Formats: sequence, C-alpha cells, structure tokens
Amino acid sequence: MIKFIETVGRGLIRFVEEFGLVMFLFLAALVWMLRPPLRLRAVFKQMEFVGVDSLLVVILMGTFTGGVLAFQAYHGFRLFGAEGLVGSTVALGMTRELGPVLTSLMVTGRAGSAMAAELGTMRVTEQIDALYTMACNPIKYLVVPRIIAGVLMLPVLTIIADFVGIIGGYLVGVGLLEINSGIYVAKMIEIVELDDIFNGLIKSACFGLILSLVGCYKGFYTSGGAEGVGKATTQAVVVASVSIFISDYFLTAAMF
Amino acid sequence: MIRLVDVHKSFNGQKVLDGLDLEIETGKITVIIGRSGGGKSVLLKHIIGLIRPDRGEVLVDGVDITRLNDRRLNDIRKNFGMLFQDAALFDSMTVGENVAFPLNEHTRLKRRQIDEIVRQKLVQVGLRDVAHKMPSELSGGMRKRVGLARAMALDPKVILFDEPTTGLDPITADAIDRLIVDTQKHTKATCVAISHDIESTFKIADAVAMIYHGKIIVSGTPDAVKASEVPALQQFIQRKAEGPIMNHHVLDM
Ligand SMILES: Nc1ncnc2c1ncn2[C@@H]1O[C@H](COP(=O)(O)OP(=O)(O)OP(=O)(O)O)[C@@H](O)[C@H]1O
Ligand SMILES: [Mg+2]
Repeated sequence: MIKFIETVGRGLIRFVEEFGLVMFLFLAALVWMLRPPLRLRAVFKQMEFVGVDSLLVVILMGTFTGGVLAFQAYHGFRLFGAEGLVGSTVALGMTRELGPVLTSLMVTGRAGSAMAAELGTMRVTEQIDALYTMACNPIKYLVVPRIIAGVLMLPVLTIIADFVGIIGGYLVGVGLLEINSGIYVAKMIEIVELDDIFNGLIKSACFGLILSLVGCYKGFYTSGGAEGVGKATTQAVVVASVSIFISDYFLTAAMF
Repeated sequence: MIRLVDVHKSFNGQKVLDGLDLEIETGKITVIIGRSGGGKSVLLKHIIGLIRPDRGEVLVDGVDITRLNDRRLNDIRKNFGMLFQDAALFDSMTVGENVAFPLNEHTRLKRRQIDEIVRQKLVQVGLRDVAHKMPSELSGGMRKRVGLARAMALDPKVILFDEPTTGLDPITADAIDRLIVDTQKHTKATCVAISHDIESTFKIADAVAMIYHGKIIVSGTPDAVKASEVPALQQFIQRKAEGPIMNHHVLDM
C-alpha cells in the first residue's frame, strides 16, 4: 500500500514538475515573441513545414472522414426517414469535432514529432549550446517560430479539412446514396451556424499551441544521444495527442 | 583577464571539477592539457557561461559571469567565439550560412560584405568551394575547420578552441596551429585551447595548464611546465602508460 502511494506520489510530482517546465517554456516563448525583431524568415519556414507540407494528408483525411461520416449517418437516419439530415450531421461533425481534432492529430504525427526530433538532435549535438555561445537565445530562435506556426496554421488546415469533409460527405450522400441534393444542402445551411465553424477553429488554434509546445519542450530538454532523441520524439506524439483529447473535452464543454 | 576561482562542478554525484583555480592572461594563448574525460570541455564551457558551477567564481575582466542574467551574459558572449569539440555546426544551414550566422546576428554588414568575410575565413582554414555544401556532406576534419571559421568570424576578443586539431592530418593540423598563432598576433585575442597534442601544445602556447583530478596541477610558461617535476605531468608529456595516472579503462579491456 505504501509502495503504491509512493509510486503515485512520485508520478504526480513528476507530472507537476514537467507541467511547470512546459509552462516555463511557454512563458519564455511569449516574452521572446514580444521582443523584436521577430524572425519572419524562420516563421515562414515553419509555417510552410507545418501548414503547406501537411496539406495533402489533411485533404485526404478530411475527404474520407466526411465520406464515412455520411455513410454512417445515412444508415442511422434511414430508419426513421430522416436522410435529409445527413448533410448537416456531416457538416456539424466536421466543423465542431473531427476537423479540428483529426487535423491536429495528423499534424502532431507529422510536425510535432519532427519538432521534437529536430530540437532534440540540436540539443545532443550541442547546436543549442552553440546558439547560446553566439549570444542567440535558442527559445527565440527555435521555439518561437514553431509555436507561431502551430497556432496560425492549424486553423487554416482545419478550415480546409472542414471544407473537403463536407464535399466528401456530399459526394457520398448525394452521389452514392442518392439523397436529394436540394434537401441535403438546404438542411445543412439551415442547421450549421457560423459559430460552429468558428469555435472549431479556436479549438484547433489551441491544439496547434499544444502540439508545437509539447514538441519543442520534449526536443529542447532531450538528453542521452540518439536514444534520447528517439524517446523524446515518441513522447512528444503521445503527450501531445493525449493532451489534445483531454483539452478537447474541456474546450467543448466550455463552448457548446 | 579570465580567472576561475575555486570552481566545483559535479554531474550526478560524479565530481568533475574539484576546486579548480586558473588564470588566463589577456592576449595570450593558453593551452589546457589533461586526459580524456578529465573535465577539459567542462572547464571551457564554464568560461563562456554554458555551465554554471556548483560553487566558485568565473571572472571575466573582474565580472563574475556565474551571477549574471541572460542579457548581461549575452553582452559578454558577443566578445567570445567558441569552437566545439564536435564542431556543433547547424545542420539545417549550409557551410556558408553557418559561418555567416554570427555576422548576420551581431553586425549590420551588407550581404556582399558578409559573403566576402565568409569566403576569407573559409580560405584561412583551408577550405575552398564548400560554402554551398551542407555540413553533413563534409568530413569530420572539414566540419571542425568550418567550426573554427565560425568561431573566428566576428574576430572576437576571446576565442575558445576545444581540440582544434584533433582528427586532422599532420599537415592541416600544423596549418591550423599557425592560423591560431597568426590570428592571435593580428587580433591580440585571448585564446584558450584544449589539446592532446603535446608537440603542438608547446609550439603554440604562451602558457600551459594541466588539469588532473578536477584541479589545475601545473600551470605556467611552456618551459616552466616542461621543467616541472610533477609526476603526472611528466608521465603525460612523455606519453607513458605507467605512472601516477592509471589507465583503468585500458587495463579493464
Ligand atoms: N552534461 C553532462 N552531464 C553529465 N556528465 C557530464 C556532462 N558533461 C561532462 N560530463 C562528465 O564530465 C567528465 C568530463 O567530461 P569532459 O567532456 O570535460 O572531458 P574532456 O576532458 O573534455 O575529455 P575529452 O578529451 O575526451 O574530450 C566526463 O566524465 C563526463 O562524463
Ligand atoms: Mg572534451
């Protein structure tokens, strides 16, 4: 029993410690963000990496998710003759939930992991130390552009995912399942509100912050050579994904 | 002048620096020798504030840098250049961008002037036509020389070299030794180098210091150090396996 409490206690202390360090990194990044000059070149490079390079996977993910959503909704709604609501279900599901969450998870796997690996490698090969010796703050130079890119690009990717998801749903619903096109679109426009889309985007910005912050944090504090970099990368993906799910619940509860 | 006073540093309970005292004179070349794993790199990182000591002072022109905040420390670091043992080149940048990095950060020079300085610095370390290559395309010795060019890009007042010639062929190593001496003559910089190469140490040094068991056991002019009768030092410069320094890890194999 005492062992158990000890283990839990130690885990809790570790959690609080790590959370504190993440918050420290976040605050440091905020301070450096406000201190000019902002490195636009580095920011654009990261925006390209997080955003543009994720475009294809996000489009594929969104289209098929929208399509599958239409399929599933259709089978349920047909039982009581409400096929006309498939369109609005797909649109609501995409904009409120699946668009932001799935996009963030895709980008976590692609870019969050890469941030941890890149910064981790820079740490263990002393490139971060080299920045310090050249009187450059690595938080400003490395962390700030990545966080900005995460917060700005995730909403953009999410909008795209929402859009192609709705198209995917339409193709399946109207094209394959032969729901009346007029009703499909009319119901969708009637039920989905701008707020649904907007709140989804706010969520995705939060998720963008989480995945870039966790990726940078895990990379920045890497130790232990190539093995350490591997661990940091895995942990970045796991921690960021779980954090996204948990914060999604609370954000949703607060918004809708 | 740079002075380390009673510096202690442990990593996970392992004592690396144990009350180390060292004076490094301005405008001279000081070479630090000592065996592998003896704490030479750790010592060098203390001088530029990368590692803070557990106890003790690191005085740069009378200012204890272990107590400075980031901004003041950075002001001091702008006068420093450092070559890392493994070069620590930014591997997302080309060789040219690496050398240009400190110039871009801390000067207002035009693009053309920076390119010209980069070219010059690379020629000085014996590298031509590599500016557009990525660090991963270079050999270890070439990377080291790029690191050297980067460390000297701003003509800093203090240059720290962590094993500048290790891993180079004898001819290049000698050229680098000369480069260090010439640069020092031109810029009157304070140079601190770590070396395993006894011959080159005594060739370039104005002062030599040996670190052993976390302390400086001998320091002084090359001649004074050579003449010193400290057994560990004599064993070191005569390259003997037997003596007060035991080769535990070699014997264990
Ligand atoms: N960041 C660190 N964390 C833990 N231990 C460290 C760290 N840096 C150095 N050490 C330990 O300190 C000791 C001295 O290391 P250091 O790199 O200064 O040796 P060195 O004299 O430069 O050796 P070499 O000539 O092989 O480069 C080593 O035992 C090393 O394990
Ligand atoms: Mg070393």
